[in-house]
Amino acid sequence: MKTTSVMIVGVGGQGSLLASRLLGTLLTDEGYDVKVSEVHGMSQRGGSVVTYVRYGEKVYSPIVTEGECDYIISFEKLEAARYAGCLRKGGKIIVNTQEIDPMPVITGAAEYPTNVLEELKDKGFDIDDFDALTPAVEAGSAKAVNIVLMGHFARHTDIPKDKWVKALEKVVKPQFIDMNLKAFDLGFNG
Amino acid sequence: MKKLLIGNEAVAWGLYNGGIGLVSSYPGTPSTEITEFLAKHDDIHSEWAPNEKVAMETAFGASLAGMRSVCAMKHVGLNVAADPLFTLSYTGVTGGMVVCVADDPAMHSSQNEQDSRHYAIAAKVPMLEPSDSAEAYTFAKSAFELSEKYDTPVLLRMCTRIAHSQCVVDIGEREEAPLKEYVKQPSKYIMMPGYAKQRHPVVEERTEKLRALAEESIYNRVEMADDREIGIITSGCSYLYVREVFGDSVSVLKIGMPNPLPEKLIRDFAAKVKKLYVIEELDPVIENHVKALGIEVTGKSLFSAIGEFSQKTIRESFLKEGYAVKDVPEAQGEAPAVPGRPPMMCSGCPHRGMYYTLVKNHITVLGDIGCYTLGAVAPLNALDSTLCMGASISGIHGFNAARGKETEKKTVAVIGDSTFMHSGMTGLVNIAYNATNSTVIILDNSITGMTGHQQNPTTGYNIKGDPAAKVNLEALCKALGINRVRVVDPYDLKACEEAVLEELAVEEPSVIISRRPCVLLKYVKPKTPLKVDQDKCRGCKKCMKMGCPSISFKEGKARIDNTLCVGCGVCEQLCAFGAIGGNEK
Repeated sequence: MKTTSVMIVGVGGQGSLLASRLLGTLLTDEGYDVKVSEVHGMSQRGGSVVTYVRYGEKVYSPIVTEGECDYIISFEKLEAARYAGCLRKGGKIIVNTQEIDPMPVITGAAEYPTNVLEELKDKGFDIDDFDALTPAVEAGSAKAVNIVLMGHFARHTDIPKDKWVKALEKVVKPQFIDMNLKAFDLGFNG
Repeated sequence: MKKLLIGNEAVAWGLYNGGIGLVSSYPGTPSTEITEFLAKHDDIHSEWAPNEKVAMETAFGASLAGMRSVCAMKHVGLNVAADPLFTLSYTGVTGGMVVCVADDPAMHSSQNEQDSRHYAIAAKVPMLEPSDSAEAYTFAKSAFELSEKYDTPVLLRMCTRIAHSQCVVDIGEREEAPLKEYVKQPSKYIMMPGYAKQRHPVVEERTEKLRALAEESIYNRVEMADDREIGIITSGCSYLYVREVFGDSVSVLKIGMPNPLPEKLIRDFAAKVKKLYVIEELDPVIENHVKALGIEVTGKSLFSAIGEFSQKTIRESFLKEGYAVKDVPEAQGEAPAVPGRPPMMCSGCPHRGMYYTLVKNHITVLGDIGCYTLGAVAPLNALDSTLCMGASISGIHGFNAARGKETEKKTVAVIGDSTFMHSGMTGLVNIAYNATNSTVIILDNSITGMTGHQQNPTTGYNIKGDPAAKVNLEALCKALGINRVRVVDPYDLKACEEAVLEELAVEEPSVIISRRPCVLLKYVKPKTPLKVDQDKCRGCKKCMKMGCPSISFKEGKARIDNTLCVGCGVCEQLCAFGAIGGNEK
């Protein structure tokens, strides 16, 4: 089988490491060969972060480059646009419509490109955009945006929901599992 | 047990199952997690040392005592530990000793992209280099035996991509390595000229034995394909990218031991293929070796010495060569140009108040290595230099010695608590001893921040989180010869300004300890987020000058994001119109 490539992109601090751990655990349990590439260190400090998850029969490279990505899961609008060039023809972008100003926007050196998703759609990009922040807050914390998004992404895969839930129970601390299960459900049904 | 592991966790499991008894390290991205994962095991001694040199010498002491030992560091940390390394090569080991070093091609979190393989060559010690987590586990586990058999420390080279990428690893059981008997061996362990002269030939003989091992070890392997048009010698993550582009359709010599390199293996491989390439990140180490054997090869003329590779860079290089590469990906379209998102100091970061004070007073700032290096970016642009661990303090001494009165009243050095313990103290002694009127600010956020919250000798806790001896920075600075030492709270802008201006004005060296724990620490409870009274806000943007990510400017007024704001109150002190508030309780 062909290797499937997923990119999880967002802003440092939004919880992309937990999202990639969830996906990596799930795919390993499903019997795939899996490679995950994470970001640690300086770039995590509010910077643009990208995590790669690749799975298939035999996966070599842990990273994804231009035109190779099947799914981009973006925690933030601007970040979806930043990495859009990695999407392969016919790939899909799942994006939280939340806007987080980067420092050049805060200082007034640049403007936030609010229409960027519409422009991409006009160019033929397949984009599933939705608000993941409101359901995250409803589930109990703005920090659950990552799991809401993964719940939403789960619908695009052919892995049954109960397998996702099992993987979620493995990667989330017991005291936070109820909130995260709710966040996953809201994302899945949202 | 099969588990999905990042490379660093795989290394930790390999070392653990290989019989490690002690690990001593200083944190540094991308090496930090090796030691963090080892510290989870209570049956071994684990610790954060004040710096890499101390860590390596601690590991040496344990090896001398007969225990299998490890130290782990990032590439620039090996510069700090280079002194013991070069002579450890002469003494060799009693208990096996492994030095893990993690390079950072593309500088994700580093100040340079030096290639650690040069250290293995220069110090004449073997180096292993895995390509993924599974190999990292195997290589790490085997390294102790290699070390003991050949009586040498072993370098295990990681890089960011391998250290922080996950793949499935089959983790076996721990093999206990009993403490070896301690025997006094002056001619092996006292490296004074008479004895060292006897040891150098031993080192040279060892290299020859290791070169023989390189010809037939598990570390280097030939993977021949039917196609013999081209042959590729590669190592580390480059191997993965080569396989990603070509699958198993090209012949590959995979190098897992970059020092010493084999000769016969390379000659035989080269003879079987029409055109030979070397694909290695950073410097042409393998390439130069191949060329020295008199074999024609293409390397850095096609594959850059700068940054990381990917399947894309390798694919494009071969297309440039006119080589037909299959399955070239087709993108949906180009990404639009969007504003950058550089990393920055967090909301409520205690460094911000002090930096704002320095910028406001137009002070020249010699910086150092840590989260506070982010003070260099807009809008603060607070720093004038950042070189290496400790260079802020040594640097300001030289700066003021060169320019004297002209600069000493308007220049400071800034350094974090952990970096000060690492290599700031000796510089401070030099300021006192050789007398420049320098002002040093220790940005004490009570943790090693950038690498992800490791304890250090100033925090009062050890690597396990247990209470430990706590260095008193005030007393330490005084003992090092600085009479003027004062502490300020960086959330109090008035106090910061007072302290900075007073200490710059006095005619003697001084230290200001800017003390407030990192807001990301679990015990630091955020306060109620602040609000901007939209009626009172005049849109003067003064609050935006300190670069807080919580504050944005919309429709002519400042706004505070209540999901990010931790209520530190620094912006409130900046507002001349009393528009910011809301957490008075």
